[in-house]
Amino acid sequence: MSKTNQPHRLWMYENMVKSRAFEDAIKPAYLEGKTPRFNMARGPIPGEMHLSDGQEPCAVGVCAHLRESDTVTATHRPHHAAIAKGVDLDRMAAEIFGRDTGLSGGRGGHMHLFDASVNFACSGIIAQGMGPALGAAMAAKLRGSDAVAVAYIGEGAANQGAFHEVMNLASVWGAPLVIVIEDNGYGVSVSKASCTAVSRNADRAAAYAMPGIHIAGNDPDAIYDAAGEAIARARRGEGPSLIEIETSRLEGHFMGDQEAYRPEGEKDRLKAMDPIPRYRERLLADGIDAAELDACEKHAQQAVETAFAFARGSALPDPASAFTSVFVERTTA
Amino acid sequence: MNTATAIRKQTIAKAMSEALASEMERDPGVVVLGEDIGKLGGVFGNTGGLLERFGTERVFDTPISETGFIGAAVGMAGAGMRPVVELMFVDFFGVCMDAIYNLAAKQAYFSGGQVSCPMVLMTSVGGGYGDAGQHSQCLYATFGHLPGMKVVIPSNAHDAKGLMLAAIRDENPVVFMFHKALQGMGWLGTVAGSITDVPDGEYEVPIGKAGVAREGTDITLVGLGITVHHCLAAADALSREDGVEAEVIDIRTIAPLDRETILASVRKTGRVVVVDDDYLSCGLAGEVIASIAEAGIPLASPPQRISHPDIPIPFSPALEHAVLPNAEMTLAAARQSIGERA
Ligand SMILES: Cc1ncc(C[n+]2csc(CCOP(=O)(O)OP(=O)(O)O)c2C)c(N)n1
Ligand SMILES: [Mg+2]
Repeated sequence: MSKTNQPHRLWMYENMVKSRAFEDAIKPAYLEGKTPRFNMARGPIPGEMHLSDGQEPCAVGVCAHLRESDTVTATHRPHHAAIAKGVDLDRMAAEIFGRDTGLSGGRGGHMHLFDASVNFACSGIIAQGMGPALGAAMAAKLRGSDAVAVAYIGEGAANQGAFHEVMNLASVWGAPLVIVIEDNGYGVSVSKASCTAVSRNADRAAAYAMPGIHIAGNDPDAIYDAAGEAIARARRGEGPSLIEIETSRLEGHFMGDQEAYRPEGEKDRLKAMDPIPRYRERLLADGIDAAELDACEKHAQQAVETAFAFARGSALPDPASAFTSVFVERTTA
Repeated sequence: MNTATAIRKQTIAKAMSEALASEMERDPGVVVLGEDIGKLGGVFGNTGGLLERFGTERVFDTPISETGFIGAAVGMAGAGMRPVVELMFVDFFGVCMDAIYNLAAKQAYFSGGQVSCPMVLMTSVGGGYGDAGQHSQCLYATFGHLPGMKVVIPSNAHDAKGLMLAAIRDENPVVFMFHKALQGMGWLGTVAGSITDVPDGEYEVPIGKAGVAREGTDITLVGLGITVHHCLAAADALSREDGVEAEVIDIRTIAPLDRETILASVRKTGRVVVVDDDYLSCGLAGEVIASIAEAGIPLASPPQRISHPDIPIPFSPALEHAVLPNAEMTLAAARQSIGERA
């Protein structure tokens, strides 16, 4: 792909930058109250924090093809996918800060972001989004809509039972589902190579009679092309696909991870291949104006600043609200 | 310090790994498997050093395939080995419970005692650090409810080592819960009282026996894991500020529950507050109080229970800390109990 001035490429660039700016704003906020001695329980954002640095291409290359009515389920590492799917950034930041203006009033936090208005959800159990994504895809199909669903999972999740059950079901049902594996090489400390029977998870698609596409290079354009085909195929009613993307986790599994399990120098090598500056260079080489890219960066930065100001300016929830939304009231007779 | 009687201060994490190492040394049938338990030494530090010492033949980092590897542990146990398998957070039991409660827990019974299942399932429990509703549950009652498994939880490092030794040597499946707030991991913060003297040599803390963590005559406070520390803090305040001497019982084994130790204390004091951080309804605290009622022990005031309310554990600290049982709630309940008559 080398045509210039393609709006989706600027969109992808802006959203990658926005996602990274979001994570860059999370880092110091998360560490507030956790220094000098790191204690996960402390500070304005307690709990685990799984950053998506390096994995932005997987989010934008796929979500560039999605509409609001399409469903995305994401993982414990959800920020990039949420941003690319158009989740309300202010309310997302507020949720992560546990504020009453958050997407779910502070009940869920960073691993449980729900924005029903754009059909986005994520959760903390490995491969857990597979079933709900399949269900959303089937709901669309049964209702005669051409909406699709995308299930994001890590490469570690491809060894979980739910992955295999849903792959089979999706194929049997001809569901408009695209399964996207973000292969960052690790599940916490365990390398993919040491715990996965195949070197490419895309090969597993053959066992379920669906296309399996492997994409190397953590390249937004290549992901865009492959995802475009898989999503169009799903919309045409031709069934599910599996896309495996080689990507990189530029931070620890979660913040505070010492990463002693990484081979010497690995992180520096990965950081040198950071997909965002690489993409900027490519866009410039393809004749896109630097001023346009600067403007994308500025928009992204402003959106993040606004979101964090909104979050910090919001109140903590009333403790009584812990007891609401456990059930919802019946709305139909 | 290598004599059998040497005593050192240790964290629960260290005490668990020491117990594992000592049993692995003694019994070649003991193997350890789970996610991140090898190279990393366990997300919660309880398998530190085992891979280096015993190698990949006995310490397996597994894929994220709990149904498979916990099922495999049942098979290993049936074949005469003694697997110790980790389910990183108890919350993840949803993907693999069948192997636990329908296989491990029933192997002895279905085989008429021909096949035992000497496996240990280590699993972390508890919240309070903002990890939200899929990483903060306790599920004591869920596991305690299902017959065929023993379920233990230490409140301190001494008991952690002794319970782990006993769990590995037991002929039956033992669910070994450990509370994240007591584990002694730097990044989680640790209740100081969980770091205790730990004898160097081998010793067992018997499964099925509760402990008396503090003696007293006026009221019985019953807890487990972290809530033992809430009870001890409340007991301290009662003694200092109210001249009331509380007895604190550490349940220590959820199944089989040591009712006798609890009943003996309540017979003596006539007042009881039970504190657990699992969900309230159909829970462990209710089970303890039912046992007291069944025994017909006359009480000077109604029994009280403090548990997590019947809602998912919320993320926001403003919500989580409002609903999670703590020392203040325990003290308030105890004071109410002292002030009331039945
Ligand atoms: C069923 C289940 N098992 C274990 C975990 C603990 N856990 C959280 S993230 C993770 C690693 C996931 O690896 P991967 O799927 O590759 O995603 P990544 O973290 O690399 O994005 C593990 C083991 C979990 N959340 N759910
Ligand atoms: Mg991974």
